[in-house]
Amino acid sequence: MSVSTTPENRPGNVPGQATDERVRKVSTLNKLLSRPELGSISGAILVFIFFILIAGDSGMFSPSGVLNWSTVSAQLGIIAIGACMLMIGGEFDLSIGSMIGFAGMMIAIPTMYWDWPIWTSIIFAFALALSIGFTIGYIVVRTGLPSFIVSLAFLFILRGFTIALALLFTNRTIVGGVRGAAEGDMLAAVFGGTIGTWLFQWLADIGLMAAYPDGTPIVDGIPMVIVWWFLLALVASWVLLRTKYGNWIFATGGDSKAAKNVGVPTDRVKISLFMFTAFCATVLAACQVLEFGSAAADRGLLKEFEAIIAVVIGGALLTGGYGSVVGACFGALIFGVVQMGIYFSGINSDWFRVFLGGMLLIAVMFNNVIRKRVTEAQ
Amino acid sequence: MSDYVLELKKVSRFFGSVIALKDINMQVKLGEVHCLLGDNGAGKSTLIKTLAGVHKPSEGEFLIEGKPVRFKSPRDALDYGIATVYQDLALVPLMSVTRNFFMGREITKGWGPFKQFDTQRANDIAQKGLADIGIKVRDPEQAIGTMSGGERQCLAIARAIHFGAKVLILDEPTAALGVKQCAAVLRVVAQARAKGLAVILITHNVHHAYPVADRFTLLNRGHSLGTFMKADVTREEVLEMMAGGEEMEQLESELAEFARSDEKESATA
Repeated sequence: MSVSTTPENRPGNVPGQATDERVRKVSTLNKLLSRPELGSISGAILVFIFFILIAGDSGMFSPSGVLNWSTVSAQLGIIAIGACMLMIGGEFDLSIGSMIGFAGMMIAIPTMYWDWPIWTSIIFAFALALSIGFTIGYIVVRTGLPSFIVSLAFLFILRGFTIALALLFTNRTIVGGVRGAAEGDMLAAVFGGTIGTWLFQWLADIGLMAAYPDGTPIVDGIPMVIVWWFLLALVASWVLLRTKYGNWIFATGGDSKAAKNVGVPTDRVKISLFMFTAFCATVLAACQVLEFGSAAADRGLLKEFEAIIAVVIGGALLTGGYGSVVGACFGALIFGVVQMGIYFSGINSDWFRVFLGGMLLIAVMFNNVIRKRVTEAQ
Repeated sequence: MSDYVLELKKVSRFFGSVIALKDINMQVKLGEVHCLLGDNGAGKSTLIKTLAGVHKPSEGEFLIEGKPVRFKSPRDALDYGIATVYQDLALVPLMSVTRNFFMGREITKGWGPFKQFDTQRANDIAQKGLADIGIKVRDPEQAIGTMSGGERQCLAIARAIHFGAKVLILDEPTAALGVKQCAAVLRVVAQARAKGLAVILITHNVHHAYPVADRFTLLNRGHSLGTFMKADVTREEVLEMMAGGEEMEQLESELAEFARSDEKESATA
């Protein structure tokens, strides 16, 4: 038999060769497919195209229309960021929605009935929410019970508290008049005001933006809720991807036993994440109370599920250890655009829930495929 | 200064009325692979957990470089440079090679609130740490989940070496691995020895242990059958001393019997 160097056996398996024969040229598409954000970003693009086609001329993409759906997205986005970090850390919080109602009431009652200056009420609400977040986290890590059950308990406890306390102190479930009390308060402006007023005024002055007859622009600024959304997304994303603590979150969610064995303080990570979700819920509550000028006991109803849906659409795995804040934000954006798009295009709004359920199902199945790609040896 | 980095003197461990370990003597030397052999239930797991600081010895003493010590926790053992790689490896499949390598011991840059995980340097260190023991990673950002069992084992070993292990305890590193992967892991063990580390290799597979080991300690039902230098024993003798030895012999003769009867049948047919 003659030994010939055929092209098949010559290169490749020579040891010490610079290129590894096991490295397969991975197409850019394949690489993209293993990013958690991919699903929600492409979903958002599809949703935009759809509504540009069917509702492009309805005012949905006019300045006030844009402001409309971006505010809705931001409201969900803020709590989705908290839920996303927590889910990556391997836990759930079903009490987010109730926390929104509770924190809002804790801002309104002291301000309106105990004559506290509003900034103290806001700090009070944050302190209370953080300590409740701590309590939930502490119970979860100490008892080892599923956070699903523990936070479900708090869903009811907090909602019950909110209604009971509101009735006890004020004899009503909606506490209004906060806007007047917030007048001129620095901390209140951080949650309830708008920024960029000069920019929009200038845009109106030079005729780039529609204005009312008296010269004030239709959109007079960017609401703080949107600013908070961007700020929190930026900070959370940076912490998750670029810091030591972010690595601990991934490790804790991915395999908390392994993480503990190499010295990651998994209990502290989890408790702090529960506190962060409570913080996010309170940010949203403060924005709502100061924007509407009132707190309502039923505010935030079912928001915990919407947040979880946004997070899952954003590519996070329900089992933890994988996900993206950017993805969750796009999940929230899809939510806001569809919810408002259905309204603008005149479709019966009952269809929104059908869409939501369908979207969730598709996202979960899609994520399952992604997880297999990432975790299984090829 | 003692010759041995780690020495066990008449160490026993009891769980209630159960004697898990009785009077174990063992000496571990730097630059040597010390193989701990024993069948299931021989007390291997209890012994490594005692070495790693998970269990405290009920009797006897531990010497590190000649000085008696008591470990209060696994962390304590780690501070003395005794690192254990358990079978579950303490790796997170969804995370990248680098993130796993530095898990819990992240290197950072920057100051104050802007301190961040130094990804670039971490990637380089992880890749180099693995290259040092002969493992080439395709991409340090790839998820561990895509690596083979052998590669994961090697990564866990490389991590322990990088973070300053003097004594490396490997719990069944070749269990559930294919032939080629076993060879890769054993090569890494040899590399670790060449770097001057002491390796304690736990296994019940003599064929994996014999090629790399310098010393053997055999355990049977909580007792030590003694420590042997490789030069003094053959593979067959080691195999025989293990609890499985006799049964293996019996099995072999039974198989031979089968083969003979098969021959007879085919001859008569």
